[in-house]
Amino acid sequence: MKYLIIGNSAAAIGAAEAIRKNDKGNPVIIISDEPHRVYSRPLISYLLAGLVTEDRMYYRDENFYKDNNIETIFDKRVTGVDVKKRQALLEDKKRIDYDRLLIATGGTPFVPPIKGKERKNVYTFTKWKDAENIIKLTTTPPFTKEGRGGIKKAVVIGAGMIGIKAVEGLHAVGVDVTVVELASEVLSRALDKDASRIVQRRMEDAGIEVITSNEVIEITGRGDLASGVVLRDKKKIKCDLVIIAIGVIPNTGFLKESGIKINRGIVVDEKMETNIKGVYAAGDVAEALNIITGEKMPIPIWPLAQRQGAIAGDNMSGGDSVYKGGFPMNSIEFPGVPTISMGITDPRGEGYESFIKNDSANGNYKRIILKDNKIVGAILVGDDIDRAGILTGLIKEQTPVTAFKDKLLDRNFGFVHLPKDLRKEKLEKMV
Amino acid sequence: MFFTMLYKTPTYYEFKVDRDDARCIRCQVCVRQCSYGSTFYDAEEDRIYNIDANCVGCHRCDTFCPTDCITIRRVGENFKENANWNAWAIRNLNKQANTGGILLTGMGSDRPHRIYWDNIVVDASQVTNPSIDPLREPMELKTYLGRKPDSIEIEEREGKVSLKTRLAPQLELNVPIMFSAMSYGAINYNVCEALAMAAENMGTYCNTGEGGLHKNLYKYGKNTIVQVASGRFGVHLDYLGVSAAVEIKIGQGAKPGIGGHLPGEKVTEEVSKTRMIPAGSDALSPAPHHDIYSIEDLRQLIYALKEATNYEKPVSVKIAAVHNAAAIASGIVRAGADIVAIDGIRGSTGAAPLMIRDNVGIPAELALAQVDERLRNEGIRNWASVVIAGGIRNASDIVKAIALGADAVYIATPALVSIGCTVCQKCYLGKCAWGIATNDPYLARRQNPEIAAERMSNLLTAWSREIKEMLGGMGLNAIESLRGNRERLRGVGLSDRELKILGLKHAGEGM
Amino acid sequence: MKIVYPKEEVCMACRLCEVACITEHSRSKDTIKAYKKEKPAPLSRTLVEEIFPGLSVSVNCRHCSDAPCIEACITGAMHRKPDGRVVVNEYKCVGCWMCVMACPFGAIKRNQYKIEGQGARGKGQGLKIKLSSKCDLCPDRSIPACVEACPNRVMAYEERN
Ligand SMILES: Cc1cc2nc3c(=O)[nH]c(=O)nc-3n(C[C@H](O)[C@H](O)[C@H](O)COP(=O)(O)OP(=O)(O)OC[C@H]3O[C@@H](n4cnc5c(N)ncnc54)[C@H](O)[C@@H]3O)c2cc1C
Ligand code: SF4
Ligand code: SF4
Ligand code: SF4
Ligand code: SF4
Ligand code: SF4
Repeated sequence: MKYLIIGNSAAAIGAAEAIRKNDKGNPVIIISDEPHRVYSRPLISYLLAGLVTEDRMYYRDENFYKDNNIETIFDKRVTGVDVKKRQALLEDKKRIDYDRLLIATGGTPFVPPIKGKERKNVYTFTKWKDAENIIKLTTTPPFTKEGRGGIKKAVVIGAGMIGIKAVEGLHAVGVDVTVVELASEVLSRALDKDASRIVQRRMEDAGIEVITSNEVIEITGRGDLASGVVLRDKKKIKCDLVIIAIGVIPNTGFLKESGIKINRGIVVDEKMETNIKGVYAAGDVAEALNIITGEKMPIPIWPLAQRQGAIAGDNMSGGDSVYKGGFPMNSIEFPGVPTISMGITDPRGEGYESFIKNDSANGNYKRIILKDNKIVGAILVGDDIDRAGILTGLIKEQTPVTAFKDKLLDRNFGFVHLPKDLRKEKLEKMV
Repeated sequence: MFFTMLYKTPTYYEFKVDRDDARCIRCQVCVRQCSYGSTFYDAEEDRIYNIDANCVGCHRCDTFCPTDCITIRRVGENFKENANWNAWAIRNLNKQANTGGILLTGMGSDRPHRIYWDNIVVDASQVTNPSIDPLREPMELKTYLGRKPDSIEIEEREGKVSLKTRLAPQLELNVPIMFSAMSYGAINYNVCEALAMAAENMGTYCNTGEGGLHKNLYKYGKNTIVQVASGRFGVHLDYLGVSAAVEIKIGQGAKPGIGGHLPGEKVTEEVSKTRMIPAGSDALSPAPHHDIYSIEDLRQLIYALKEATNYEKPVSVKIAAVHNAAAIASGIVRAGADIVAIDGIRGSTGAAPLMIRDNVGIPAELALAQVDERLRNEGIRNWASVVIAGGIRNASDIVKAIALGADAVYIATPALVSIGCTVCQKCYLGKCAWGIATNDPYLARRQNPEIAAERMSNLLTAWSREIKEMLGGMGLNAIESLRGNRERLRGVGLSDRELKILGLKHAGEGM
Repeated sequence: MKIVYPKEEVCMACRLCEVACITEHSRSKDTIKAYKKEKPAPLSRTLVEEIFPGLSVSVNCRHCSDAPCIEACITGAMHRKPDGRVVVNEYKCVGCWMCVMACPFGAIKRNQYKIEGQGARGKGQGLKIKLSSKCDLCPDRSIPACVEACPNRVMAYEERN
């Protein structure tokens, strides 16, 4: 039995650890096109901001692979998979055999066809390398011979999760930032209008220019260097760095001819297995169940990548676990406004009920969204995030909230508000 | 808060709460523990303050303060010295001038009535009759309460000897100490349960008082004496059925001559179910039983209860110790009671008018001596057991009570003190900070029945060890041998009259 | 494994468990210093929830066998010790609050304070530290501080199924 894992991030590590729980001896190989041992992708904005040092980027310690008897092939891309021969093909034409394969290649940034996107100081922001490059630009002193570096002004395209993180990182090191967003609000996918406004105001207070309902149609420049952008309304903004953060899409390009079924992401069953026996997929690349909507879709967040990986790994090595599904959730903190959102945050259609507490003056906002007397979504901004996890639990378990609906918005909402039996069940038994 | 304090109606508070601010961590534990609204946190100043006038001196806050920074001082010494018009007198008078009401209080009398126990000493063996070491030799504390036959007949059939006399029902006690009547309502469910658990654990009995028995506590029935009082609260066939014995309450040492009073605030949903009265209504039991105006009437009730319980359970009658206690007890015994319980002037209560508590009745010691003597003289001492209550504080009080003629004692205050009660005497307010004399669910939680039962059991265990030590010292190996054995007691500093009433020789007089 | 289970029926909301937890997680292990002197001020890892009057319960980490906080943690700071305890590696934690979002018991607190100093890249004087803070079952004690401090034996430190 030979296990092969393509990718070396949340899903991959979750899988490798699960495999090693069941099977201590058979070879496990991890291939990644990045040069680093496993690191925390979400930390790249912290690295940019100078909030963490390089040694804190790593998700597992140095000896992780050795201790777990895992072979690694780093800095090599997989260019295809031959499911008949059970082989992965590397960019250097090498072939690696496998008996069980996990595809955990995550997402790849989506770059729209904007004119000038090929220019040199135009970046995406999903990898350590991206952060490293941008750090170089921001730390190189100005007025060098080449006349580059020491950037003072950046434009970030997209005010979603990753865009905001890029803004935060740049802002923290003193770069003047303008962010341009197509939607009418920042973080429009994760928050509702009122919550978005709190975040946006906070960004503006910090000196960031936020342009919404607009888009960059061209990246202008001299030679191969970008020096500005042009917006849809013809407005021009000068800058010496552009970051494109429109979104990520499942990283499945190399699987085109493999016969592995791909829809929006790689289609998997509840065991995280693809249409090809012995081939599994997990993480941002996979299309798994959203328990709130009942649909299958990629939900690109760390906890689900980790969980799906663990489930795939267990099933690959003789276990029998089922992925019960997940739902989107995120914790983003633009300095001063911690924000947590989960599930459906922008309900459309019939049957939804919303409870809202808007204290935007103090930067606090809480909204709980119900359907059929069950929580299906929540938005928490400010101090209200403190016990957010209780809501996550209620969503996950689809607990009817009829009995304590009116308490959900309380600042101190907690176990005391649950029916006694439920509370005792949760607190007085082993979990 | 402060404004209302500016104008002070003269109440002259009793306590001053000092707080060492250098140690106070503002955890507000004291604020949450104080149920009398004395302690509060001023967020603006970030400091804890006290309204001293509200402090009842229950010591809940300083017991709980994690930094030991609270000192509660008694004030009143600062009044002009006066043996007649002391702080106590002035305070009480002002309370009445403020409200026009009867002075209410709780627990037993705190007035300096003579405590006879403290003027009685116990004998020990020297040379001529050896003492016994209870650690090495068996020592019997087992006690049976109930009517004992005048004589017994034995039957012999085919070589087997058996008792022919049919014995009256008895209560079997492993220790000669029972928990006195405390009603559900006056104390909360948790404390009731703790008493029952401790009684079961120690092989003795608790007493429902006049509040009925909560259904959940039926399982402790075989260790429960159920009371039938003038209000008849919670009395029904099941109640009598699950019990170990039934007690008719005629009177109570803390308030002879008046009935019980449970204020409506204490009548919660559960209390109302158990007492079978509407929630929130005052539970007033009449001063007399309206069907008892003579010993004959009492006899009827006694037999009605025996009838209802198939003659399987002893029936006790409890009276307050009053001047004529001996004659009344004799009547009670003749009326058919199996046990007579006598509650002295220092007996405790959940609520009583101060003037009555402190001035009506006689000390239990004197009543006990007289009742025992009277029943002996009349040759009916074996018809009933005598239980004494009101003012037992320790094991030596019990040894003395038994030597004076009691079969067993009832304790209430010691049981409550063992679970935190500091005898602040505010039971009647229903806000007991120790979670005892209150039905407020917030406060009642302060008594974990498991811990409380453990502490009460510890107390009885400790006392029985001490009783055994004292018995051994007298060369006795069974509590039976001490019962009514006044020869083993002597009075100290008592007048001839008192000695005569107690039936004791003065210390220094030999056998 | 042994964890701390509350018995709400006898919790009296005194919050001494919180005082004990704060003391145990202070540098001095002295209550007065922990509250009055120490910067950053230690946090309690148990939270007494209360509906006044009459209902309170002290809630802390369940050390879940399948811990949502661990899978949610982006840095690997939240991890399980070989003895089963789920604890935070403070050196790794960046205060992203993913664990706060994931813990179905709301058992993780945000611990935020400012320190003097330099960020990794020399900027950010007066650095804001953000750490998650949760029950560690008092590794220096045989009986957890909250369990020992509770005057009403609410907290049971035991193994259950
Ligand atoms: C800036 C940023 C911030 C984020 N913040 C959060 C957050 O706060 N909370 C949260 O829940 N999620 C966050 N996410 C999302 C989170 O990082 C992802 O959900 C998670 O990393 C997914 O893990 P994964 O294992 O599925 O894939 P990935 O982390 O995307 O890893 C896939 C790996 O496979 C490698 N790979 C891809 N293709 C090949 C190939 N053909 N050959 C070899 N190797 C290949 C990639 O280089 C990569 O190393 C953030 C993402 C970014 C970019
Ligand atoms: S309990 Fe003690 S330390 Fe706490 S606030 Fe009260 S006085 Fe201060
Ligand atoms: S912090 Fe929460 S999720 Fe994590 S182990 Fe504890 S209870 Fe479980
Ligand atoms: S706050 Fe700390 S422990 Fe929690 S998820 Fe983030 S890094 Fe992990
Ligand atoms: S076990 Fe220790 S760390 Fe956990 S809540 Fe109790 S005192 Fe705090
Ligand atoms: S110490 Fe005990 S009684 Fe007090 S709040 Fe904590 S759990 Fe409740």
